[in-house]
Amino acid sequence: MAKKRMVQAINDGLMEEMARDSKIILFGEDVEIGLFGDTRGLHAKFGAARVRNTPISENLLSGMAVGAAAAGYRVISHMMFGNFVYTGFDSIANQAAKLRFMTGGQIRLPLTYMAVYGGGKSTAAQHSDTPYPLLMNLGGINVVVPSSPADAKGLLKASIRNDNPTFFLQAGGRGGELGEVPEEDYVIPLGSAEVKRTGTDATIVAIGAMVRPALRAAETLEKEAGLSVEVVDPRTLVPLDEATILQSVAKTGRLVVADEARDRCSAASHIAAVVGDKGFGSLAAPIKRVTVPNVAMPYSPELEKQVFPDAQRIAAAVREVVEYRRSR
Amino acid sequence: METAHTDTPLRIEGARLVALLERMLLIRRVEERLGEEFKAGNLPGGVHLYIGEEAVAVGVCAHLADTDWIASTHRGHGHFLAKGGDPKAMVAEIYGRKTGICHGMGGSMHVADVSKGILGANGIVGAGISLTTGAALAAQLDAKGGVAVCFFGDGAAAQGVLAEAMNVGALWKLPLVLVCENNGYSEFTPGNTVTAGVIADRARPYGIPSAVVDGNDVMEVWTAAATAIQRARRGEGPTLIEARTYRMRGHIEAEVAFLQGGSYRSQEEIEQWKERDPIDRFAKRLQAEGVLDRQALEQMDRRIQAVVQAAVEFAEQSEMPEVSQVFECMFDGQRP
Repeated sequence: MAKKRMVQAINDGLMEEMARDSKIILFGEDVEIGLFGDTRGLHAKFGAARVRNTPISENLLSGMAVGAAAAGYRVISHMMFGNFVYTGFDSIANQAAKLRFMTGGQIRLPLTYMAVYGGGKSTAAQHSDTPYPLLMNLGGINVVVPSSPADAKGLLKASIRNDNPTFFLQAGGRGGELGEVPEEDYVIPLGSAEVKRTGTDATIVAIGAMVRPALRAAETLEKEAGLSVEVVDPRTLVPLDEATILQSVAKTGRLVVADEARDRCSAASHIAAVVGDKGFGSLAAPIKRVTVPNVAMPYSPELEKQVFPDAQRIAAAVREVVEYRRSR
Repeated sequence: METAHTDTPLRIEGARLVALLERMLLIRRVEERLGEEFKAGNLPGGVHLYIGEEAVAVGVCAHLADTDWIASTHRGHGHFLAKGGDPKAMVAEIYGRKTGICHGMGGSMHVADVSKGILGANGIVGAGISLTTGAALAAQLDAKGGVAVCFFGDGAAAQGVLAEAMNVGALWKLPLVLVCENNGYSEFTPGNTVTAGVIADRARPYGIPSAVVDGNDVMEVWTAAATAIQRARRGEGPTLIEARTYRMRGHIEAEVAFLQGGSYRSQEEIEQWKERDPIDRFAKRLQAEGVLDRQALEQMDRRIQAVVQAAVEFAEQSEMPEVSQVFECMFDGQRP
């Protein structure tokens, strides 16, 4: 084990996978210099044939990734910011998510799209979106949202080795976060949630960058109110490990979902719906969602703080569900 | 084709000429039958017929091997058959049967056979452009002389992705051949009202060679494609071919039903293009040159009609797909 930053863990994952499998190619805007640090050094190590800068042409790039994957390569398409998913969305939605299906399973698409997502850094509305809800709705795309450096590396390897289109989304503001990362080659299977903290009074399901504030909220609640709060990190939204979430709610009877997507049709909405449907019997209180309101991300740090979910808002939601008493 | 990866001499004779005609006629007869079956209510979805444009697919695909890639359009039956796709499996697909090439999951607009290098017809106008750019990158990395060919219409030339692909294709010298089938109409809109300039000229600023050819003359298409594909195989980069052609049928079969008396082209125009039918023209030429006589032509037609009849019977007798497929096909090795 060594302490590493999230981007370093991702960079290590890319280095190791590209060394392991010569069919892996990676392309995208500024990947040679590695704007976020995640792709740094790959071009020097693996050469221009396998690691290429591209023009700013997302409409082309997302579809090229599908074409190259269909033609036998294991493709990593770096889309930079989550908002650029929209500029490349046609081929993601109409080709990547459907080509295997439409051809009756003839086409295999080992394809990983990478992007950073989310707010918190004053990058304003066009560089702060959290696009996973719409990716989840496409059906044919895996969605991976790691919360720690160790998870990032293990999940990235699983994404790359998976034979289906997979979105690997890293929280933009959290690339510098440190964590212990195992040295050996390891893979975290898609669809395996992790209980990051155990508890008995309430469950927080926290996605990606929300895991850290959720853990802080849980500690505060224990210290200040003597509450025992469990924190579950789904780690992948597609496939979603419903069993681990339902198991936790069966134990605690109370659920808060923390998600930095806009509230309407967020991942939190979906998880709340799943628990409402399959875990209704164990619920002692309504499910609360802590999300971004249905507005775009403002620029000013003061405003951004107001709309972005944090430990305080998560803690307040937990208190609310714990204090809830049925009125009739 | 055994010569696919070496430079084909720019000459073609005898049996290979007849083979071009036969492939065009196969596409024609299959589609005429599909038109009838659609009219009779036997096809579940809409069909966009390629009738009148057969010379383009056949003239280009004659130079391709199974290891070369193509992507096609919503009007994609011709490309599928020209690239060596099985007529039975295609017709069964259009009937929505389990024995269809895509097991009934895609239908007319998505006929594909990856084993033949056919990435598929596509319902999104211009979608094949990015797919083939990616396949061309794969072919370049494979370094076995493979190429990727994109068939797209004049309507797709209005999609920005064409400019993006020519930029990347030229920069990276990708083995990519862009074949624009300019049939004069973007669905129901005359091309001259939505297309500025000459489509072939759009290659010029990227340093990509281009050619305008008579898309109803299979030899002209064949010759331009030979040059473009050889150039791509040599690692010299993309070519844009604009094949001027005309679709004899509507944008979609039974379009009169929703045009509701409106029209977007004249009967006179259709009659004029009928005079330039690519199959009639080529058959006459081969007869005039003594390559083929009337009797051989009739035999060819009977042979093809038997293939068509067998394909339709196969489709009609095939079982319907099972619903489990919709859960199996979404992901490889995963439930959706």
